[in-house]
Amino acid sequence: MKRNPHRTQNIAFFFLLVAMLLIVVPVSLIVVIIIQKGLPAINWQFLSDVPRQGMRAGGIFPAIVGTIYLVTGAIIFALPIGLLAAIYLSEYSKDNPLNRIIKLAIVNLAGVPSVVYGLFGLALFVVFFKFGASILSGSLTLGIMILPIIITTSREALESVPQSFREVSLSLGASKWQTIRHIVLPNAIPGILTGTILGLGRAAGETAPILFTVAAFYLPQLPKSIFDQAMALPYHLYVISTQVPNVDEKIRYGTAFVLLALVLFMNLVAIIIRYKFRKKKKW
Amino acid sequence: MRKFKEFIIEKLILISGIASIFFVVLIFLFLLKEGLSVFNTVSPFNFLFGKSWYPISEPPQLGILPLILGSLLVTLGAAIISIPIGVGCAVYIAEVAPGKIKETLKAGIELLAAIPSVVLGFIGMVTLVPLVKNIFHLPTGLTALSGSIMLAFMAMPTIVSIAEDALYSVPKTYKEGALALGATHWQTIWRIMLPAASSGILAAIMLGIGRVIGETMAVMMITGNAAVIPNSILAPVRTLTATIAAEMGEAVVGSEHYFALFAVGIVLFVISFIVNVTADLFLHKKQ
Repeated sequence: MKRNPHRTQNIAFFFLLVAMLLIVVPVSLIVVIIIQKGLPAINWQFLSDVPRQGMRAGGIFPAIVGTIYLVTGAIIFALPIGLLAAIYLSEYSKDNPLNRIIKLAIVNLAGVPSVVYGLFGLALFVVFFKFGASILSGSLTLGIMILPIIITTSREALESVPQSFREVSLSLGASKWQTIRHIVLPNAIPGILTGTILGLGRAAGETAPILFTVAAFYLPQLPKSIFDQAMALPYHLYVISTQVPNVDEKIRYGTAFVLLALVLFMNLVAIIIRYKFRKKKKW
Repeated sequence: MRKFKEFIIEKLILISGIASIFFVVLIFLFLLKEGLSVFNTVSPFNFLFGKSWYPISEPPQLGILPLILGSLLVTLGAAIISIPIGVGCAVYIAEVAPGKIKETLKAGIELLAAIPSVVLGFIGMVTLVPLVKNIFHLPTGLTALSGSIMLAFMAMPTIVSIAEDALYSVPKTYKEGALALGATHWQTIWRIMLPAASSGILAAIMLGIGRVIGETMAVMMITGNAAVIPNSILAPVRTLTATIAAEMGEAVVGSEHYFALFAVGIVLFVISFIVNVTADLFLHKKQ
């Protein structure tokens, strides 16, 4: 029997469709289940109260606040370094071995397992610098972890600014830094913002790097300084799903919902900014 | 004055530029600093190939073979699931899907990549674990298989997006040439596009698998955490990552247990380094 290429094509495309559905359907189910079971748990008290009765009742307020502190700390550390590194790669570096090694280092930094970041944070910040388990240690660990995300996206944004913009500015007598500061950076802001938000989202969702550097099992009061421990949403979800028996399912789903909503919201904002920017781009 | 200011700024830019190298080296040095001490009590060979992991017995037995095999088993399972589905989905997005759906799917894949692993672990615990338990009539659903399935979903976004990029960067003329010679769209994909994008797709697979090996929270929550040499995909296992995450909280700073967990970290760092450098070579071969 001679094979009909068009029939082969139909069969092949059918399997490609199945592959796509095998990803899309389970993922949609995951999101729907968490929304369906988590949303009813959300009310003002859940968001604003401390955990009560050994975390079997009450709310998740300290975990939300802890995550906000950690994410803010991480971005304060990572954004300046990441942005300057991106400027270096896009505006200053030449095609030489150093440039190649830097890019390789960024790839590796992005690939280091999150739990290894936890170990590193423990060894360097908690033990060596004697910061103890604290918001400072956790933020710095998360900050190094999200550095590659910020560098890569910011670099792309800077490189997408047309060369002619720079040439015009330089030919008018502006210095290299003036050109970067007044011409290149303003045009790259949406891309840099996208990278920053993606980094925030990643830092908010990670658990392993904060396990031994900051996360507290239970703290009734909010942290007062950057040398205090703090609760955090992802660690709290881990604790109430595996470490504490008999937690009401509603509380677990509610916590998962808040975390997922926070992370997906940030990513959605990043995607929308990028999409709008691409559409508006005049060059 | 302005010259001076610019001089300072440009030096800061240079320092930040090489900060990534500095951090990679720093991470490795601190893992070595804390981890190498373990080899005062156990030889590297016995550490890597010792069959028992009883870090708090007296004297402690620090063989990580069960953990390595646990990681390998879970990773292998996740690879078998995620590679065909991931590459298939990438081809679908790159070649078959119509314009609007294509953008939506790409955004969706990006969102999947953003779901925190602890949320995937939680959802795996409440949905997948009971399912595996009932289907295979097991005493517990916390098995290597459950871990593999859940981790496959963490590898897929990486595989899909990088493989899709690789397919997209195949020169348009290759495709047009094949189509002009009368090949069907599928023949073009199968005989022209996939071979042309093969090194990028290989890199996508490696990075996806690298992500699985390093994944911690989901795997810790759903694989059962039994530090024994696994005899079946339906048995509980414990991975390298989960061991660090589960035990570091209890290990006393400066104890042999503490050093051993850092040595496990060295193993993980070296694996991820090899995976990333190789994948990077594949990605650059393409150009």
